[in-house]
Amino acid sequence: MDTTQGTPAMMDDTLTLPRSADGAQRIDCRNIKVFYGQAQAIHDVSMSFPDRAVTALIGPSGCGKSTFLRCLNRMNDTIENCRVEGEILMDGENINDEDVDPVLLRSRVGMVFQKPNPFPKSIYDNIAYGPRIHGLANGREDLDAIVEKSLRRAGLWEEVKDRLTAPGTSLSGGQQQRLCIARAIAVQPEVILMDEPCSALDPIATARIEELIDDLRSRYCIVIVTHSMQQAARVSQRTAFFHLGNLVELGDTNQIFTNPREKRTEDYITGRFG
Amino acid sequence: MSDHIVSAYSEELERLSADIMKMGGIAETMIVDSTRALSANDLELAREVVLRDLLLDVIESDAERQIVSLIARRQPMGHDLRMILSAMKISSELERIGDLAKNIAKRAQRLDDNVNDEMRNAIVRMSKPVSRQLNNVLNAYASASPEKAKLVWESDDDIDNHYNSVFREMLTYLVEDPRRITAGAHMLFMAKNLERIGDHCTNIAEFVYYQVVGDYLSELERPKQDQV
Ligand SMILES: Nc1ncnc2c1ncn2[C@@H]1O[C@H](COP(=O)(O)OP(=O)(O)OP(=O)(O)O)[C@@H](O)[C@H]1O
Ligand SMILES: [Mg+2]
Repeated sequence: MDTTQGTPAMMDDTLTLPRSADGAQRIDCRNIKVFYGQAQAIHDVSMSFPDRAVTALIGPSGCGKSTFLRCLNRMNDTIENCRVEGEILMDGENINDEDVDPVLLRSRVGMVFQKPNPFPKSIYDNIAYGPRIHGLANGREDLDAIVEKSLRRAGLWEEVKDRLTAPGTSLSGGQQQRLCIARAIAVQPEVILMDEPCSALDPIATARIEELIDDLRSRYCIVIVTHSMQQAARVSQRTAFFHLGNLVELGDTNQIFTNPREKRTEDYITGRFG
Repeated sequence: MSDHIVSAYSEELERLSADIMKMGGIAETMIVDSTRALSANDLELAREVVLRDLLLDVIESDAERQIVSLIARRQPMGHDLRMILSAMKISSELERIGDLAKNIAKRAQRLDDNVNDEMRNAIVRMSKPVSRQLNNVLNAYASASPEKAKLVWESDDDIDNHYNSVFREMLTYLVEDPRRITAGAHMLFMAKNLERIGDHCTNIAEFVYYQVVGDYLSELERPKQDQV
């Protein structure tokens, strides 16, 4: 970990850039298997996620997208009965190693859920919470700056700057989702995971989030699970198609949606799945 | 190809491809009948071919409306997307072919008495491989065969060669008897129209190939001959 404690790193763009070069792999998954008790939900999946790119995970309901996504920040640890096998390397380090602190890991790999889940606190504290517990801010002024910067990046600042003390839950659904994204990026993650982040939003709020994803792409590795093929096509550069816990096809998003190689992918994206 | 879960979507795609085939059938008979009118000097048939072009235009604009609606309502992906885009291109190629055949029929009505049978035959002879190209490419479309499409695409040189020889043959008739110049000019245009129809057939072959395979027939593979 190299979160530079005690310095106003958030205000210096060069420090918030991911450390690896363009196109490099941020996460490398090898032979991932996930079990819920006896039932296997993910079958030997190997794939990597490049920096500064959006990877979309698509596939029919129950195929294991959320399960696989949760492997990337060890959220499956919190599910009783769930067992993950295989290696997930970040910066050459296996995140499942015993000496990796899952709380720290989750600040490096932020997550945004289907239903916006702001803390029952003020808008300000929703953002300030993470930087505070991770010691990323040097005093109140610094914290203010982090809150503003994060809200600006999430495209929410103009809408909330005069009501920072209002509860996060007083915002609209789309605003809450952007608040959650602001909260995720406030702790300087390297990776942002999103599980159907727009499924409860109208087309305008969805467009705002998609614009935000496109903007965040220049500095993060983003993985998004979506049921909307059109959304996957709009926001991602790479698309992975899952079926029955298997990774069926992974490719350039353009190729997946105009000329998939696998019949199962073709059937799914064209609405022929039986 | 198995059916969509939404069966109305499959029906819409089938209707679109049936309309493309209908256009292809009409364009094909327009070529055959315009040259038949020419060889038999059948002015009535020539007039009828000219009228048939209107039908082609109507089906084309209807196909275009179907395509816009499909894209807006179904948001096609994968093979469906390629099929719809190809249908849009192919229908406009067929519409152009119809225009060119119509033009041959119009010119067939304007020929004067100085035309001889050899001149008529030269055009009729050239029309054979051209309508065969169209027939083959429509077959490739109907059977979704990239191999057949590629064959059509590779055979365009034959038509170009044919055109060059008809062009030279026509010139000798004109040199022999300058009174043939007006009719001869019409017939040179007919030959050129047939040659253009051949080009449209190779375009269609490219779209069929793209639709089925998802890749482009590279222009590099085909040796290009000199053109007049
Ligand atoms: N907590 C759990 N306990 C037991 N089985 C689970 C649990 N969570 C998921 N599963 C099973 O694992 C499989 C994959 O589920 P997962 O939620 O990853 O699918 P998904 O692709 O995200 O589906 P959806 O698109 O509906 O969200 C399913 O068969 C599901 O029933
Ligand atoms: Mg899920």
